[in-house]
Amino acid sequence: MSLLEIKDLQVRVDDREILHGLSLTVNEGEIHAIMGPNGSGKSTLSHVIAGKPGYEVTGGEILFRGEDLLEMDPDERAAKGVFLAFQYPVEIPGVVTMNFLRTAYNAQRKARGESELMAPEFLKKVREVAKRLGIPQDMLKRGVNVGFSGGEKKRNEILQMALFEPSLCILDEMDSGLDIDALRIAADGVNALRSPGRAMVVITHYQRLLNYIIPDVVHVMSKGRVVKSGGKELALELEASGYAQFDEAALTAA
Amino acid sequence: MNVVLTKTETQRPASDVFAGVRDRLPGRGKAAEAREQAFAAFERAGLPHRRLEDWKYTDLRALMRDVLPLAAAPDKNALERAEAALASLPAVDAVRVVLVDGAFAPTLSNLGGMETGVRVQTLREALEDGNHADLLSNGSEPGAMIALNAAMATDGLVITVADRVAIAKPLHIAHVATRGSTASFTRSFLTIGKAAQATLLESFVAAEGTKSYQVNDVISVSVGDDAEVQHVRLMDDGADATNITTAVFSVGAKARLTTFNMTSGGILSRYQGHLTFSGEGAEVNANGVNLLNGRQHADTTLFLDHAVPHCMSREVFRSVVDDRAQSVFQGRIIVRPHAQKTDAKMMTRALLLSDEAEADNKPELEIFADDVTCGHGATTGALDESLLFYLRARGLPEKEAEALLIQAFVGEAIEAIASDGLRELTVTIARAWLERRG
Repeated sequence: MSLLEIKDLQVRVDDREILHGLSLTVNEGEIHAIMGPNGSGKSTLSHVIAGKPGYEVTGGEILFRGEDLLEMDPDERAAKGVFLAFQYPVEIPGVVTMNFLRTAYNAQRKARGESELMAPEFLKKVREVAKRLGIPQDMLKRGVNVGFSGGEKKRNEILQMALFEPSLCILDEMDSGLDIDALRIAADGVNALRSPGRAMVVITHYQRLLNYIIPDVVHVMSKGRVVKSGGKELALELEASGYAQFDEAALTAA
Repeated sequence: MNVVLTKTETQRPASDVFAGVRDRLPGRGKAAEAREQAFAAFERAGLPHRRLEDWKYTDLRALMRDVLPLAAAPDKNALERAEAALASLPAVDAVRVVLVDGAFAPTLSNLGGMETGVRVQTLREALEDGNHADLLSNGSEPGAMIALNAAMATDGLVITVADRVAIAKPLHIAHVATRGSTASFTRSFLTIGKAAQATLLESFVAAEGTKSYQVNDVISVSVGDDAEVQHVRLMDDGADATNITTAVFSVGAKARLTTFNMTSGGILSRYQGHLTFSGEGAEVNANGVNLLNGRQHADTTLFLDHAVPHCMSREVFRSVVDDRAQSVFQGRIIVRPHAQKTDAKMMTRALLLSDEAEADNKPELEIFADDVTCGHGATTGALDESLLFYLRARGLPEKEAEALLIQAFVGEAIEAIASDGLRELTVTIARAWLERRG
């Protein structure tokens, strides 16, 4: 059974169809890159997998380990092992990062019928991972993402990814707003989490990120569909020739 | 509020109540005269109504309608039920004095635990033994409800902290109601000496099953020059109770006062605070939280009088309103002509959790001095969907995600409470409210 199986997915937002029958299969341990121009539906796909309200699925299905993901609330999906690293992580004033991490972690464990982890144990675990990612301890005492730089926000996403140990990570435009150094730190953090039991879907506009996170499969999205799939060399091809050819391909296919 | 008005005759029951008990109320001579005068003042005005600007959102003629009979002094059963109610409160390390149905309850109180330099007398003693009719005077404080309180007050506490005394443990005045369909009238005084330090906690709860009672409380706090005072009031009265409280503060030179009120109980409540700066260089934080659901109506009305120069005030008010509840915040700041270098800021924010919830915010600044820094702001909104989704995407179920955001929202007002114990108590009660929401 595949980890993630998306079949002929059709999604509308405000009466406008964004995804017109998208299919994608991701197996455990695989890294998939989804590339495409702005407006091709990449972020919509990531939001629909995570369960963000406001999207109407009018056709198709998403199976996660064979289970119907679309029937689950966002928190149930998280507990099952689906993790979305946000393109724009929100700031939550008044909610201390450490407290948030523990609450979320224990909520997931509780949903899975596991015992909650007590504070000192968890604190130790967070500190270890934070250190590995170069996240200063004082960031953990601040409000979630409040006053964080773009790079710090992304590192905070990766910190959560490392703590929650999801089996499917969706990285939505992880490179947006990052300079090359910040990008490298974030990518190193992601690479450290590669494992045979974990799949990743890396959504990006630019090939640049894929120099650091090497994918197994590259998909090109255009106008709400996957129009081409291939190996990592496809990303380089795109870098050289741009997306225009695929827009035409999508138009012809439509 | 959707209240059926059956009759508008509001004064008659109150006069019956007063006529029935006037001879049994503590204090003779001047005290009794003061009560007569206060009651006459109440009768002239009647229950406050919406045509009075100050009561625009809280029409007691429509909402409260009449004054219930005075609660009888607590008997053994009442004290037992009060004790059980107190035991269910989260523990807090404080020296407790208890008022049950408006009467001091010595067996539940810990007067012996008072620290050196703290003097405590009950209002009843002060009125019966001493010549303290002034305790029933309302000074310049106008208003029918405070007049009614002066007429009917049965008991309260008169607490004095001597100059330069720093008391370690908070003083806790605990109000417990045990008798349904009755009214209680309490009146307490806290005088903090020069350069003294004190913390006052006030709590309002009901014994289980106590229905439809009325509380009318007056608390008067005088903060001496250079003194530091924290005041935390937690009103968690029974679900269909009415609580009308007037708090009067006078703040001396270079004194620091933090006063915090949280209303989570009662069907109808008004907390009116009147704070006057009486000496230069003082700093005040006057914060508050309303946590309301069902058909609760809670009104917090604060009046800060910057009567002298060089004082600072900060007001942070948060209301969380669910179902068909209504929250009212009226904040008035006056800066008198010679009160130069006043620094006054007021911010009120309301969070509406349902389409039918209502929040009325009325900030008013009246500035008569020209060299001041003053500002106010008011916002009303719903929970931020993008924050909720973020939390849910991290595994928090909907209600837990909401609870976390609500706690953060009210936390901005709660964090001014310096005492760790009282701040944690406040957070615990706020959490309990959130859990009751389900």
